[in-house]
Amino acid sequence: MAALAKNSGGVTTFTEKKFIAMLDTPLESSGELHYTAPSYLEKRTLKPTPESFVLDDGVITIQRGKKRHTLKLKRHPRIAIFIESIRGTLAGDISALERSYQLALAGNAEHWQLTLSPTDKRMADILNHIVILGKQETINTIEIHQADGDYSIMKIEEVATP
Amino acid sequence: MRSARAVSITLWLLLLLTCAFIIERTQFSADLTAFMPSEPTKNQKVFIDQLKSGAASRLILVGIEGADTETLVSISRAMSRQLRLQQAFTLVNNGEAVDDEEKRKFIYTHRYLLSPAVDAERFTRAGLHDAISESIALLASPAGLLVKPLLTRDPTGETVRLLNSFNHDTGPQMYDGVWVSPQGERAILLLQTQAEGSDIDGQQHAMTVIQTIFDQITKAEAVSARLLMSGQGLFSVTSRETIKQEVQRLSIVSSVLIITLLLLLYRSFTAVLLGTIPVLTGIVVGIAAVSLGFGMVHGVTLGFGITLIGEAIDYSIYLFLQSKYNREEAHNQGWLNSFWPTIRLGVLTSIVGFSVLLFSGFPGLAQLGLYSSAGLIAAALVTRFVLPVLLPGHFHVRDVTRFGGVLIRVSYYAVPLRYLTALLLLVACTIIYIHRDNIWNTDLAALSPVSDADRALDTLLRSDLGAPNPRYIIVVSGDSIEAAIAGAEKVSAQLEPLVEAGVIAGYNSPSHYLPSLATQRARLAAIPDRDELTRRLQDATADLPLSSERLTGFIDDAQRARHAPPLQLSDLAGTPIALAVESLIVEQENRWSALIPLQAVTFNGHMSSIDPQPLQAALEKASRSSALFIDVKKELDQMYSGYLSEVLYLSLAGFIAIVALLLIALKSPRRVIRLLLPLVLAVIIVIAGLLWNGYRLTILHLIGLLLTVAIGSNYALFFDQRFHQGDGAGYRRTLASLLFANATTVTIFTLLAFSAVPILKNIGMTVAPGVILALLFAAILAERSTDLARPLLNRDAKGR
Repeated sequence: MAALAKNSGGVTTFTEKKFIAMLDTPLESSGELHYTAPSYLEKRTLKPTPESFVLDDGVITIQRGKKRHTLKLKRHPRIAIFIESIRGTLAGDISALERSYQLALAGNAEHWQLTLSPTDKRMADILNHIVILGKQETINTIEIHQADGDYSIMKIEEVATP
Repeated sequence: MRSARAVSITLWLLLLLTCAFIIERTQFSADLTAFMPSEPTKNQKVFIDQLKSGAASRLILVGIEGADTETLVSISRAMSRQLRLQQAFTLVNNGEAVDDEEKRKFIYTHRYLLSPAVDAERFTRAGLHDAISESIALLASPAGLLVKPLLTRDPTGETVRLLNSFNHDTGPQMYDGVWVSPQGERAILLLQTQAEGSDIDGQQHAMTVIQTIFDQITKAEAVSARLLMSGQGLFSVTSRETIKQEVQRLSIVSSVLIITLLLLLYRSFTAVLLGTIPVLTGIVVGIAAVSLGFGMVHGVTLGFGITLIGEAIDYSIYLFLQSKYNREEAHNQGWLNSFWPTIRLGVLTSIVGFSVLLFSGFPGLAQLGLYSSAGLIAAALVTRFVLPVLLPGHFHVRDVTRFGGVLIRVSYYAVPLRYLTALLLLVACTIIYIHRDNIWNTDLAALSPVSDADRALDTLLRSDLGAPNPRYIIVVSGDSIEAAIAGAEKVSAQLEPLVEAGVIAGYNSPSHYLPSLATQRARLAAIPDRDELTRRLQDATADLPLSSERLTGFIDDAQRARHAPPLQLSDLAGTPIALAVESLIVEQENRWSALIPLQAVTFNGHMSSIDPQPLQAALEKASRSSALFIDVKKELDQMYSGYLSEVLYLSLAGFIAIVALLLIALKSPRRVIRLLLPLVLAVIIVIAGLLWNGYRLTILHLIGLLLTVAIGSNYALFFDQRFHQGDGAGYRRTLASLLFANATTVTIFTLLAFSAVPILKNIGMTVAPGVILALLFAAILAERSTDLARPLLNRDAKGR
């Protein structure tokens, strides 16, 4: 985690698969992730439909087509808990994570696995757990397991620096 | 003689009994409609009706502050839970999902009737394919959680679309799912009472319930916080309370002061007691007359009762002080011959002045006119016919002759004072000239009995709630709900392009929540039968990850919708949608109006105004005459300035009527001019004084000036009469009575000037200086020959 905290940011690409019980095939999407420590995170989906999701210092902006939504995390504690899982991990902010989750770390520095289980009852009705896999100071997979059994797996790759 | 006395007393007692009977049955009102026109224009009518009984008049805004946001939110939750159990409220909303759940259920159940996306295209193969693809894309987005549970029954996404369009961006800020102010310093609740806005007792009950629940919760949780409440109905409650308290307080204080003053003057309890008889009779008759004439009495009129004391008390002072040496004569025959005609003329002048208000188109003013006229007639008649009869044989008040000397001296040294008066007039005219563009206060709020603090609180809570008073409204009328809604639908269709073009930021229409029957039927007709829908769905989902086998729920729901009757207004009762529709539909005498509030575009946080041109054009296209575009602020301003100019004209008419009356009575234009000069001077100087002190004139100041003229004319008449009848002996007694009449009047109006009720305050601060000046100027400008004043002065000097 200390290694993660040193990560000051950068651009990565992602591919995400959502496994939803009622759909015959998983939904795939891909795009870019931008992160600047400690509180700017952008998920820019390029395929199949462009969409952007920006977290900037506690404010979320979602842009989809012409529509734009802004949310202040302070006012939506449950959404905040969810978002905090990813931002907190990226920033290596253990104390922030421990406020809302029960943490379980397994593996070694070369191949670690962090499992986050929500402690809030109402949160647990929606989210079962989040698994984050990484190597040293980089994250390569985020799995989100919902309470209804649907889940998503997001693979993250470093953009090859020229 | 004896029988005549008995008749007077009997008639008087009968009158009092009748009035008491009428007043006992009188309805008192304290709503704001006293100052709304009784014959409004089409545009004005819409929001007056809204004020009186619209759904908006039943809303109460509640704010909880004075603790950290977490605590406020938990109080808000606890309060809502308890308030929802109360009969007194038809709606309790604090932003919690309780209502959202119900709303969602309603929208979900009726989605094929409500969704604007449902048309003939929607259920074709291509339409279904596009809609379902869109829903699947949404499923992968952050909104996925909302879409997922509905997908198999609502694969075309009508529910989510409707929820999005119903949840406006201007909604309140949330903290942990509860409404709070933008900075989080207040939790906000929106309540709708069972009681009508005009039902003040019902509103008061609702207020009490809220306060009690709040107190219980804060006590149980041992937290300290403050409760704030606002709303149209609450304004009525508060202003009724304020007026009641003020009228009580002022009545008591002014009675004590007047009685003390009169005791000092008369040195006789009997005289003081008798002196109040005309006043009380006047007040009682005034109220009863208004009750008979209007069917109800505005609280404001009641408050005005105190001002009547100021004038009516003068009558008995005149009688007691001026008749002293005549009391041995049978029933003051001397006083009746020499003084009564003057007082009668004075009363007539006052009544003529006030009765013009009867022609006002505003019930508040008309009531004032009737109240004053009836009250003064009664007070004068009682002074003339009842009071002399009641005077005991040994009736005696202190000799106050020497007080008259003061005015005599003023009168004597008047010639140099006349130059001073001319100078004063010049200064006053200059001040008025300097302020000539800012003489009138054009804000309707200047009349409202609601205090500035209460209004500020309302604005604050409204902005917290993101629901400012709408300034622009389109009104579509028809002779049925259906016609009004169909009209609103047509207008909405024309407004869409204006939203796109950025002319307006948005709009709300009852047709969003309750489409016209024709539209609903058209939507249902678009749904094909079961076999056809199944076939189309199979085609549409062939290349999608969602197979049509999973969508049997959708087919069932669509078939059920197809055979369901269209939604009516009555179907909405008890749902959260009802408030949205009811607040946008007004019924008045079998005419239905749909309200479409428009949202202006915001520039840098400032609401810009809406250009009426493109809107008028859009309305032209939508319907020929049934739709009106209303700028509420402009209408209110116009209403007020119409009101102001009406009172101005009425005051002028009153003045002309007074001149005419005096011309007939005195038969000498010269005397009339001389008589009116001090009054006109007093009026001009009071106006200048008000402007100089930063006030702008309202209707109430005008009424105050009218009162000044009415009261002051009595003074001027006495000076005039003394001169022309040349009765030197009673001169000082008359002047003394004027001095004391003036002192009591000034006392009362000074008290009013410090009242918390703006109406009383403005009248008080106009009349108090006005009558002092009127008396002074009457003394200074009185026509006199030196042979009249000088011997009196000499005698006065010798007497010491």
